[in-house]
Order: sequence, then structure tokens, then C-alpha cells
Amino acid sequence: MLDVKAGDEQSFALLLHRYRSPLINFLYRMVRNREQAEDLAQEVFIRVYRAREDYVPSAKFTTWLFRIATNLALNSVRDNRYQRMEISLDAPVTTDAEDGDEKTLDVAEKHPNIEQHLIEETRKKMIRHAIEKLPEKQRAAVLLHKYQELDYGEISKILECSESALKSLLFRAYETLRVELAPLVAQQGKQ
Amino acid sequence: MSCGRMEKKIMGYVDGRLKEGERLEMEKHLSTCAACRVQVNEFRAVNVLLDELPMIEPSAAFDVRMQARVAAEPAKQSWWAWFAPSPRVAFAASMLLLATVWVGSYSVSNPPQIDQADVPVLENYDVISSFEALTELSQAVPADDASQQNQDM
Repeated sequence: MLDVKAGDEQSFALLLHRYRSPLINFLYRMVRNREQAEDLAQEVFIRVYRAREDYVPSAKFTTWLFRIATNLALNSVRDNRYQRMEISLDAPVTTDAEDGDEKTLDVAEKHPNIEQHLIEETRKKMIRHAIEKLPEKQRAAVLLHKYQELDYGEISKILECSESALKSLLFRAYETLRVELAPLVAQQGKQ
Repeated sequence: MSCGRMEKKIMGYVDGRLKEGERLEMEKHLSTCAACRVQVNEFRAVNVLLDELPMIEPSAAFDVRMQARVAAEPAKQSWWAWFAPSPRVAFAASMLLLATVWVGSYSVSNPPQIDQADVPVLENYDVISSFEALTELSQAVPADDASQQNQDM
């Protein structure tokens, strides 16, 4: 980021290449819409680009990046709350890449054992929906902790809460997931 | 450790982020508390289930749109840039400065000349300007013409 600050455009391209995928995945799981996630990711990178000259390395770059992303995602989720309530969680999302794998045309090509494939997809859907049902801040905490593997200090700075509050957020989120995914958790326990 | 303190420690234990002392304390509690043991195992199971979600790849359009947006961003100038204007502006500003200095030095070396005879008039200008009788006088005539008129009379 310091190279970007110094005006090195190539470094910004590298930064973009390195962080675009984790950022889009985080935003996708936050806002539940791929197109919107990519729009938000662009907004995050544009804000980083605009602020490059004022960047002060007081915190890790990932903390700064995901703080911008989390704020944008939380605002977007709140803005779309009424729209979201009208959409059934069980409705198929055709633009969703993960759900896109469920298309019948792909099934026979990728999975000779259709029954096994359907079981796997049902599991993924359950997990995805369980995450989606978490309150926004708990969801952000789980995503940053589990998928971005950030440490507690970084996540608490991103979510603007104490480490103690973050641990409570994660505990409550996992408690909810444990209940929501009880059948899968039981299966997992037997394995 | 009591079950109540598990809330703050359990995630750290499940993902292996606890310090050695805390981990040992946790394991000591788990060896005697079946409920907490179940909870830890189920949190671990949730953790494994979360790994099953695949990552999505950015669309092909993402990079193209991103490049276009970055290219459309105006070049940012620092505040110092205000002091480094274009050559034309710099030339105009220096000409204006030279002209100001020249006019200033000229007026200092050539102060306006005031005839000593006019000083009493200027000192009493306010009184004279509002003295109505003066406005009724005929137009002033040059001194030579006035003396000629007096001789004629």
C-alpha cells in the first residue's frame, strides 16, 4: 500500500488482484447477491484508491480494507432490509454462482451420482442459509474469523467493538449455527 | 474454570488460538464437564461444516469495470500543487507583481505636488464646499483675463 501511496499504479493492480477474491466472497456472503457484492467490492477499491495519498500505516492494510467493506456491506444490508424480507430464503437465486451449480444440465456432467450430488447441494444450501439468518454483525464476525482468518484484534477493530464483545458475538453466532445445523452437526459427530 | 467463563474461551479453544495456559485450563474443565465437552464438539462440527461452502470467483467483467473506474478517477493534486501553477499563470502573476512594484516605486519617488497657496483652501475645504454664497459667484476666469477686465473698467 505504501508503494500505491507513492504513486505506483502497478502496485495498486497487484493489491487489487490479491484482495479482490476474498473481498468479493466476504461481501457476497454479507449481501447475498453476487452482482451487488461486486459493485460493493469496486466501491471499496475505489475508496482505497482515492485515499491512497492519505494512507497512514497505523493498522494492518487488511484491517482497513475490511473495515471499509464491512461498513459498506452493513449499510447495504440495512438499506435492502425491506426488499430482503419479501424474498423467500428458499427461492432459487439464478444469478448465484453456488446455486448455479445446481442446474440440471451440469449435474449429469459433473456428478455421475446425482443422488450424492443433491445431498451435497442440500447441505451447502442449509449451511448458506444458516449463515444468512445470522444477525448482520454476528455474520460479519463469523465471516471475518472463519473465512478471512483474521485475528481477534483485527476483527474487533473492523467491527468497532472490544475483543471481549467480539468473543461473545462469535459464541452467540456459533450457538445459533449449532441449532440451525443440528442435523448436519449430528451427522458430523458420527463421522 | 466455570461453565460461565466458557463463552469467552470456547472459540479460541476450537480454532486453536488460546494461549498454552488457557488451553490447559480449558482441558481441565472439559475433563470434568460433559455439557461443555458436547458444546466444544458441536462447535468443532459447525466449524468443519462452514468449510464446505465453496468460494466464488470474480466475474470476467469485474476487472474490466474496475480498470475503467480507476482510469476515470481524476488525478489527485496535493495542496502544494496550488503553488505550482501553469507557466502562463506564473508569467501573468510575475508581470502583475512587476507592474505593482514599478507603480509603487514611481509614486514614492514622485509624491503629488501641492502648491503652498492651496494649503489653507484645502484645510477649509469642508466649510467652503458647503458655503452657498460661493455657488452663486460667476465662473472663475484666468488671472490675466481678470486684470484685463479691471483695466477696461
